[in-house]
Parts: sequence; structure tokens; C-alpha cells
Amino acid sequence: MLKRLTGIALAIIGAFALGGIALHRHESINALWILVAAVCIYTLGYRFYAAWITARVLTVDASRATPAERLSNGRDFVPTHRWVTFGHHFSAIAGPGPLVGPTLAAQFGYLPGTLWILIGSVLGGCVQDMTVLFLSTRRDGRSLGQMARDELGPFGGFAAFIGTLLIMVILIAVLALVVVNAMKHSPWATSTVVATVPIGILVGIYLRGLRPGRVLEATIIGVVLMLLGVAAGGIIDQHEGIRGWFDWSGPALAGFIIAYGLVAAILPVWLLLAPRGYLSTFLKFGTVALLAIAILIMHPQLKMPALTQFIDGSGPVFAGKIFPFVFITIACGAVSGFHALVSSGTTPKLIANEADVRLVGYGSMALESFVAIMAMIAATLLDPGVYFAINTSAGIVGATPEAAVHTISGWGFPVTVAQMQGLAHDMGEHTLFARTGGAPSLAVGMASIFGSTFGRGVLGAWYHLALMFEAVFILTTIDAGTRVGRFMLQDLIGQVWKPFGRTSWYPSVLIASALICAAWGYFLYVGVIDPNGGINILWPLFGIANQMLAAIALSVATGIIVKSGKERFAFVTGLPLAWLAIVCTVAAWQKVMSPDPKLGFFAGAGDLAAKLAAGALPPDRAHVAPQLIFNQQLDGWLTILFTLILWLVIVDMTRVCLRFLRGLPTQTSSEAPHVLTRLQPAVGGGAS
Amino acid sequence: MSAPRTAWQCLRALWRWLREVSGDDAYERYLCHHARAHPGVNAPSRHEFYAQELQRKWSGINRCC
Repeated sequence: MLKRLTGIALAIIGAFALGGIALHRHESINALWILVAAVCIYTLGYRFYAAWITARVLTVDASRATPAERLSNGRDFVPTHRWVTFGHHFSAIAGPGPLVGPTLAAQFGYLPGTLWILIGSVLGGCVQDMTVLFLSTRRDGRSLGQMARDELGPFGGFAAFIGTLLIMVILIAVLALVVVNAMKHSPWATSTVVATVPIGILVGIYLRGLRPGRVLEATIIGVVLMLLGVAAGGIIDQHEGIRGWFDWSGPALAGFIIAYGLVAAILPVWLLLAPRGYLSTFLKFGTVALLAIAILIMHPQLKMPALTQFIDGSGPVFAGKIFPFVFITIACGAVSGFHALVSSGTTPKLIANEADVRLVGYGSMALESFVAIMAMIAATLLDPGVYFAINTSAGIVGATPEAAVHTISGWGFPVTVAQMQGLAHDMGEHTLFARTGGAPSLAVGMASIFGSTFGRGVLGAWYHLALMFEAVFILTTIDAGTRVGRFMLQDLIGQVWKPFGRTSWYPSVLIASALICAAWGYFLYVGVIDPNGGINILWPLFGIANQMLAAIALSVATGIIVKSGKERFAFVTGLPLAWLAIVCTVAAWQKVMSPDPKLGFFAGAGDLAAKLAAGALPPDRAHVAPQLIFNQQLDGWLTILFTLILWLVIVDMTRVCLRFLRGLPTQTSSEAPHVLTRLQPAVGGGAS
Repeated sequence: MSAPRTAWQCLRALWRWLREVSGDDAYERYLCHHARAHPGVNAPSRHEFYAQELQRKWSGINRCC
């Protein structure tokens, strides 16, 4: 009864907050409305929808022993308290995507992105993560690819594999581009990020040699050193002699990052990868908590309008209309296919009781989506003029500050050169114009929140702390992603030529790592030399790839739900699947077929080729044009490939479902047999 | 972890959670498991255990976008 009353109260508060957002359409709105609406919606989704799914659709059985109990080995299979598993799972799924996506989508105004983050997560992303986690828990922690192979057939498994490998390459490239754009010609940012490498190695040596496995004390030492690194960066920036050592152009930084990725993939994990992982997780938890507290204390007014004129597709940050591109751009903050890979792999081996999947799967994604909401708040509390000045490349608004502010003010978002210079000076930067990629504008937003809450005197330090946090986070994804990509490639080539599949054979390690680095390095390099910033091409490609992977995961889940005889509940995963399939297909169609050179890949390539042939390009642009033309064509073909894979998986899943419904033979269920649990509910956590 | 009541118990619960989530107490928990599952067999040293665990943890997908 009490639960029902709190539910009704939540619904009323949530409706009130949403009504507040809706009624404030023509004046600025306070961020608190959005925070309250978000918390209410997540709680309602968790309390009612997730509870209904676990009870009726998945039929969670608290008396059934999980693989963590049956296969317990004290290492990867360990029955773990549900709040600890929640922490593990959240730190694994939380990445830089939910910070960057909403920042870019803010060009449409705060409303479209916020609505999709809330609705998409509650009905799509959280459901996907929880369902995949549950299905994998029932199957001894098998991976998404294995489940696709076991339940649908060899084709589904292969599609999931290729999809994962490709998305990894695009993901690393776009994230590396975000870091390069934040660091170029910024000695403070570059020196701070460079310092994190020796700090990581130091922590690695401490953990391996001096005090093995004492993770907490090593992490605290590392985090303190990193904070000192931020302060030292400010001193370096003031020093005429040393600052030149860290003042690099985009292409040079891209070269460093590619070399770093290669070294990090080959070095033993204890030296660099693992300690960086610990440090970045700590920074993430700390910064997110700090941001939430600061937003609550400051409760800023959002200055961005609810909707901007750019919903018509003329946006400067990225091209494309609000439908389908707001859904593609938000990416991981609402639905992320990548989470399905974590939900089927590490986490199911820790689940002590099936009833825990609601908190771990649904709850973690709700928190991740909440991070995306905070990123949206940080981006939209800036003056819109400032937001567009930071996030629009020189190729679109003009190369000089005067030209840029003229263009942006002409859109109806007034901004002056003096305002931008003052802001750059406050943040300890030379300039903030055209720092595309989302990270710098998010850091400016976070610095303003932290500054007005905890003291404005050190705005520059807050800005560089926020930037370092994002960069460390991204570099960890680059290291870990390159390494996983290396394993996948070794596995793939190993099928054809056995010795290559031996993961510790040095030539194979070197060649596979170099191939993966070359693949993402190529996209990174082209993004860096692109005068339009590269992000506007790469981010939509990443978004399509990520949503496609989510659609594959939802297909596998829908197929299994139908095969378990619950076809009347197949809409739970089937509707988000249908929506993502529509969004991905329309977005891919426009990216491939649109005659607008800003939107269509082939149109863009054709337009540039025509200009090059007519000699209409200035010499510096003509020099890089052939590479940009080839790249746009390659992106177009990749988009076609993604869409083909997606539809083949959907058709394959539909075929299996129809065979099952007609009573024809299908792959038998790979579910592990029922064993009664012997764990006490207190150990496993159980239902709550 | 029973429900904490006083502020002190809350802090202790938070500390235990932090140690377990970060993997700080992984070796101690492994020793408990080892004593139960393989009585009489020598357990790996803290150093060996840490090295093996890292290799295992970082061989799969454990970071997202």
C-alpha cells in the first residue's frame, strides 16, 4: 500500500515537473525542473515497468541458482552483493558517450534531447541492458555473439561479431578526435593529459611490485598526483619556455595518440591499462557526484531555448533534421548497443540472485542516462552564442573571430569577440573558438557550475580538471578498445590461419594491434585534417553503428522471448527494436542518398570533387581534398554495410520466430537447467 | 551486509562497498573461497593472484563508450 502511494506521489511530482518544463516554453527554465522530472521518471520506470518485466516477461526466479553460485571459482564467477555488482556494472558501462552526445544534440535546443534521453532509456536502453543481462545469466554468462549463434543460428552470431568490431573502430576514432580537438594548441590541457601517463605507470608499478593489489591506496595516490598535474599545467601554461613543448597542432596530436594506442595495446596490462582503468573510474564517480551536488546547489537557469531553428536540418554542429538525428546523436545516454556486450560477459557472472538484474541492469542504465541529463544541463546553461562559437568549426562560421561572431549573432544568438576572449582567458585558454567535439563546451559548462558553487577564483583549474577527467576517460576507452579489437581480430584471422589466433604469440599481437590502430588512426587522421572539424561526419556514423548494435541485441532478446513461448510480451523488446530500426534506416538513407553535400556522404564527396576540378578551392583545402573525398565515400559504404547487417539480423530473427510459431524445429534453448539455490537471501541480496 | 543503522555502521558499510567494488579486498575474498573449495591446497600468493586477475579482467570487453 505504501509502495503504491509513493508511486502515485512520484507520478504527480513527475507530471508537475514535466508540465513546468512544457509551460516554460518561451522563457528560461530552471535546471531543477529537469532534474526532478528525470528522477521521477526513472523511479516510476524502475518501480513499475521494470518490476512488471522481471515478473511477467522474464519470470525471474529468486530460488534458482545463478552461474555465480553454481560455477563459483572465487575469480570471475563470484556471488556478489547486488550493490557491489551495481557499482561494477555502472563503472563498466559508463563512458564518455553520454557526455558528448547530449552536448552535440543541444544544437536542437534542450527539449528534444532531454525527452529522448528520458523516454529512450526508460523504455529502451534500460530494458535492453536488463533483458540481455538476464538472458546471459540464464546461459552461464555467455556473450551476446554466442547467444545470437546459439539461439538464432550462425549468421546472427557473425553479424554481432562484425558489428562489434566495426563499431569499436569508429568509436575509438571519434573519441580520439574529441581529445585532439580539446588539446590542440592548449599547453595546459596537453601537459595535464600527458602527465596522466607516467602517473598511471607509477600506480601500475606500485600495485604490481610494492603493494600488490592494494587498489584503494594506489588509486588515492594516483588521483592526488593527477590533481597536482592540473595545477602544474597552469604553471606550465604561464612559463614562456616550457609551454612551447606542449603546444601541438591537431595532426601531431593525432600521431601521438595513435602511437600511444599501439603501445598501450602491446604493453602488459598491469603497467598502463589497469591502473588507468582504476584512476578513470574513480575520477568518473567523483566528478559525476560533484556535478550532481553542484547542479542542486546552483540550480542554474538554462539559457538555450527549448527548440532552436536548427531542427529543420540546417544545424552547424552536425547536419540533419531533428528526426532521425537527435536519436542518432544522443546515442549512449538513451540506448547503447555496447552495453549489451558488458551485460553479457562480466556482469552476469557476479549476479548472486536473478532478482538482482532489475537493480543492476535497469538501475545502472537509469543512472547512466541521468549522467546524460546532467551533460545536457551543463551544455544548455551556457549562452547559446557561446555554445555555438565553441562547437562550430571554422569551415562553417568563418576562420576569424570577427567572422564567427558575425555569423552566429546573425542566427539570433548574440555573442561578441570580447565575451569569447574573456571566457577563454578565465578558462586559461588562448581561444575557445571552434573547439568542436563537445568536450570543451561541456568543460566550460561544468567549470561555470563548479565555479559558482565552490568558488570562481580558480575557473581555469575547474575547466582543466573537467577536461582532464574527460580525456582520461576517453584514453582508457581507447586503450581497452584497441586491446579488445586486437583479440577479436586475432580470433577472426585465427579461424583461417591457426597460429594467428594464439593471443600471446608476439608477431600476431603486433600485427593485430597495428591493424586495429591503423583502422581507427585512419578515421582520426582524416577527421583532424577536415576543415569542417570531422566530428560532424564521424559522430553520426558512430551513432548509427551504436544504435545498430543495440538493434542486434534487441533482436536476439526478442527472438529468445518469442521462443520461450511469451510472444504476447515480445513488444517489450520488439517496440524499441522497431523504433531503432526505423531511426537507423532513415538516418542511413539520408546519409547515403541526400543530395545535400552537408548531409549526404556521397553528395559531400561529389560536391568537393566538383569544386576541386573547377579549381574553386584554396590551395590548403585542395591539398587535402582527395583524402576527404575518398573518406566520405568510404563512410557512405560503411553506412550501407551497417544497415545491411541490421536488416539481415532482423530478417533472420523473424524467420526463427515464424518457424517457432508454426511449430517447426528451431535451435533448442541454450538455457542452463534449473538448480535450486542454496545461498541465503542475505548473501545474495534477493528481492527487495 | 545487513541494513546499517547508525552513522558509524553506514560509514563502515560504505567502506566495505568501496573495497569490494574497487577490488581492494579481492585477494582476501579469494582466500576464503580457496579455503572452502580446495582445503589443504596452497593458495597463490597475493602477487600471483593480482597478476592473474588483471590478465583475466582486461582480456574481454569491460569498458563502454
